[in-house]
Amino acid sequence: MSQPRHSGEQSSGTHSSGRNRTVRDVVFVDGVRTPFGRAGEKGIYAGTRADDLVVKCIRELMRRNPSLPADRIDEVAVAATTQTGDQGLTIGRTAALLAGLPRTVPGFAVDRMCAGAMTAVTTTASGIAFGAYDVVIAGGVEHMGNHPMGEGADPNPRFMSERLVDPAALNMGNTAENLHDRFPAITKDRTDAYAVASQDKLAAAYGKGQIQPDLVPVATMKPGQGWTVNTVDEPPRPGTSLEDLAALRTPFRPHGRVTAGNAAGLNDGATAALLASAEAAAELGLPVKMRLVSYAFAGVEPEVMGIGPVPATEKALKNAGLDISDIGLFEINEAFAVQVLSFLDHFGIADDDPRVNRYGGAIAVGHPLASSGVRLMNQLARQFEEDPSVRFGMTTMCIGLGMGATVIWENPRHSEYTDYSGAVSPADDTASTDPAITQTEGAAA
Amino acid sequence: MSAADFRKLADLFPDEAVTHSYVQDIELPAAAGKPSPGTFALITLDNGFDHSKPTTLGPNTLVELGTVLEGLKDRAARGEIVGVGVTGKPYYLVAGADLSAVKSLNHRDHGLWMAQLGHDVYATLANLGVPSFAFINGVALGGGLEIALQSTYRTVSTGAGALALPEAFLGLVPGWGGVYILPRLIGPENAVKVMIENPLSNNRTLTGPQAFSLGIADAMFEPADFVEQSLAWAADVISGEVAPKRPNAVEPSDPEVAGRWTAAVAAGRAFVEAKTSNASPAPAEVLDIMEANRTMSQTESAALECETLAGLMQTDEFRSTVYAFLDLVQKRSKRPAGAPDRKLARPVTKVGVVGAGLMASQLALLFARQLKVPVVMTDIDQDRVDKGVGYVHAEVDKMLAKKRLSADAANRTKALVTGSVSKAAFADADFVIEAVFEELNVKKQVFAEVEAIVSPECILATNTSSLSVTAMAEDLKHPERLVGFHFFNPVAVMPLLEIVRAPKTDDAVLATAFELAKGLKKTAVLVKDAAAFVVNRILLRLMGEVTAAFDEGTPADVADNALRTMGLPMTPFTLGAMVGLPVAQHVQESLHAAFGDRFSVSQNLQKLIDNGVKSIWALQNGVPEKGPDGKPFIPADTLALLSFGTSPSTGEEVLRRTQDALAEEIGLMLEEGVVAGPEDIDLCMILGAGWPMFLGGITPYLDRVGASERVNGRKFLAPGVASAAVPA
Repeated sequence: MSQPRHSGEQSSGTHSSGRNRTVRDVVFVDGVRTPFGRAGEKGIYAGTRADDLVVKCIRELMRRNPSLPADRIDEVAVAATTQTGDQGLTIGRTAALLAGLPRTVPGFAVDRMCAGAMTAVTTTASGIAFGAYDVVIAGGVEHMGNHPMGEGADPNPRFMSERLVDPAALNMGNTAENLHDRFPAITKDRTDAYAVASQDKLAAAYGKGQIQPDLVPVATMKPGQGWTVNTVDEPPRPGTSLEDLAALRTPFRPHGRVTAGNAAGLNDGATAALLASAEAAAELGLPVKMRLVSYAFAGVEPEVMGIGPVPATEKALKNAGLDISDIGLFEINEAFAVQVLSFLDHFGIADDDPRVNRYGGAIAVGHPLASSGVRLMNQLARQFEEDPSVRFGMTTMCIGLGMGATVIWENPRHSEYTDYSGAVSPADDTASTDPAITQTEGAAA
Repeated sequence: MSAADFRKLADLFPDEAVTHSYVQDIELPAAAGKPSPGTFALITLDNGFDHSKPTTLGPNTLVELGTVLEGLKDRAARGEIVGVGVTGKPYYLVAGADLSAVKSLNHRDHGLWMAQLGHDVYATLANLGVPSFAFINGVALGGGLEIALQSTYRTVSTGAGALALPEAFLGLVPGWGGVYILPRLIGPENAVKVMIENPLSNNRTLTGPQAFSLGIADAMFEPADFVEQSLAWAADVISGEVAPKRPNAVEPSDPEVAGRWTAAVAAGRAFVEAKTSNASPAPAEVLDIMEANRTMSQTESAALECETLAGLMQTDEFRSTVYAFLDLVQKRSKRPAGAPDRKLARPVTKVGVVGAGLMASQLALLFARQLKVPVVMTDIDQDRVDKGVGYVHAEVDKMLAKKRLSADAANRTKALVTGSVSKAAFADADFVIEAVFEELNVKKQVFAEVEAIVSPECILATNTSSLSVTAMAEDLKHPERLVGFHFFNPVAVMPLLEIVRAPKTDDAVLATAFELAKGLKKTAVLVKDAAAFVVNRILLRLMGEVTAAFDEGTPADVADNALRTMGLPMTPFTLGAMVGLPVAQHVQESLHAAFGDRFSVSQNLQKLIDNGVKSIWALQNGVPEKGPDGKPFIPADTLALLSFGTSPSTGEEVLRRTQDALAEEIGLMLEEGVVAGPEDIDLCMILGAGWPMFLGGITPYLDRVGASERVNGRKFLAPGVASAAVPA
């Protein structure tokens, strides 16, 4: 088994600042999300604001981590694909203010479509590694009921006139059909079977109470109904059978393969995670659920955007000095079953490999675009907790306009995990400038 | 009984804006590692409108709530639910009983049903067989707060405002259990504060944190996730994880508590006497019930509460209060009668104040604070100007010290107020108001000077209290720009502004004046240019009658206390001293000049003024000093200045004479068209003189005591406006 390259090795002697700078370890402290809803007038979040969903997540994170003083949060990065209305106004900052965080806590908005929250995590994590932040909140939201996909978009006509991107590639369903064309071995039977398994795995995870601990209850009030509290996801259709799926129409092509049943739906929801430097986590007594190993983003042809996770994963593995065989758990976003299967086929992983999406995926639970990245992390963190035999796990997802994102994480419960932060002198606030702290070579041998 | 038995009452109100009771079953969150405590039924009270239409409790609303609660009681008995919660639409739990509906209950029996209906519904809430919870998310007034009090447990939002039992102010009692539960829950002293002192102190209310610290609520959560956290807390209470503590709660049978109870009631009675002279029956009845129910069961108290409510609902003090509070202060004040279309209003971006004396400085501060536009004050020399600007800056510093202004806002306000010895500083002003000496020629000269400098559109305003605005406009090049803008002292506190239209005042000027009043957060009433306008004319007619009786030989304490049953904020002699005898005399002379002997100018008062005496009564710190017998007295050297006639009156005679004089004067004012109607007179007296709402301002009182009919042959207001719709 190969060994990961640790961040400490990347410390370099010379920076523009003229002083020695080390790269610090970044840990995933905690993550929560709202229950996901079905977008539209009948959905649980019809009439509820997107920013309020983010606020619930931030407040829940603060409640769950009482040892964290709110004024120690250095940044609030919140992603949304459509940044207007209740998702506009620099939602990271507005959500921080609405959540009651001190006014000294800054925030910003992130957009990388489906990988918004994932990008919020990697961007702020980089800031932590660089030493700009100690503790951050990163998350995402998409209220697709309030903001239908592509709302207000104004694609440049050059996309079409210069054939830069097939206009059909702006519709994600079409790109999924394109992926079927490219990989004829991925049949509708396979994608439907995968989708049924996703529903079954999510139902099982709910049955075992593996999903609920990271959900934030959200109270909503609708006209003529009064207040209620939403504590479970609305999208899942447990008990879905192959026959049920076979009966669904293929909206993107006549006699096509992609259906509402083997793709994620249109959803509302929000997520948020707490990240910290290893030192800050130790200093503040914050739990470490995962450690960031590496991440990568990659571009592919927009017409087959679903293949994006493949090059992103290869890049992230290379950055980490790991092989795909080192990854013991995969949390891959299920925008479309075909996109997951193209990934699995590429890496020679079976459709029903138990390392993949143990709690099911977005086909069952839903995919409120920019929020989903942190959901994958929450679930991977919980699986790490359940399974200390796994050392490395991966969260990965495809992204509209032809991209992929992959983040590799390490399980602190694994026997070979070394708690680098153990070297920190707790009383010494300037410790982070000491290169010795993150000198980790050999530590994991 | 069940709520449905009150359908007969509900059917009397087919047009009620019903607040519905929507129920949602909620699976309570589980504590870590434990199963959910069970299903919780959450009732949301919602009238389907946004926050601009408060939810209220009318008979149909209560029948629906009661029926829903009875259904939940059955479900609790079947073991289907483990708790019941009540909360409201955003910003409201419930704003209390539907006062318009209650006011229109003209039969004692109907009032009794209404009282009993509330008790019937709330008793179900209190005896569901499972714990009940109120989640006080916002406004909770009267019967709204009593829903919470009748619940087993309460949470409150830190963002909730306007929590109160205002019944004593309204002319009722907190008779849906509040008067029984509150003293037991938060202690008798706090209960008297909430049920008596706050209502009678400008109807003060509590914030969520204040209610929590008094012990009205068991837990407090922030608004961002108030419902979620309240439910989580309810789950913990039901599962036994949390046991609320109530440090202020008392056991009435405890002898020590009995002593505190008696003392609190006595303190409350003293407070009521000082504030209202017991002119309205309700506050004393609140204390009567509280005193009696210390040894009662809740059921016994409920019967007493219902009987008391039924009686009070038929009083004209209650009806007058609803008229004054709802129809005038809340509604009429927002749509001033006779105000031109607001679209005609012009922007005011700079204000000039002529004069830098105390009144002028108060005006400058008000304009700068509320309008946030530059304000320039002028006076005849630099010293006066500096003193005026210095006053404003010092007042701003005081507000800063009290944290009523931020440092930035204080800087901004101070920078807005400047002074000059030259009226040239008014050149780019849109509105110039004078607050110089009350002398027509002085004011005319000031306006002539200002008019030479300002633009033709600049509005000129006078703060005169007694001079003719018409005469002031006579020699102006643009008489259409002059308007009366009469504030009341202290300017920052008194909410009334009399806007005086002179014959040539044009609509754009008037519209601007009304918009300006709104910007200044004042309630404006349009008045015709007639001597002393509304408030001062009525006050001085009243003071003139009492002083005349005194001059005729009525003993001072008889004359000065003759109007006690009206419950006015202060006696006539105290008012005279507060206004200043020379100022009062000056206005009285103007009124005498305008209207003749109806306004008698007292020679006795003139002697006091000539000798520099500031008050008939001996004063101590501005209030009448108490003599050895505990009563105010006239110092010997003051008495030596006075001479009296030989026809003393009794207190009753002085009261009747004053009532008749007021009825006459108001009748004449309405004939002259000084205001649009008696409602404007009442609004002026409530907001400009602080006259009590149980008088309805003044005309409902004069109708009630028969003065209107004695003098004018008819009542001011139609039956039902501030009295029973059908004469009993």
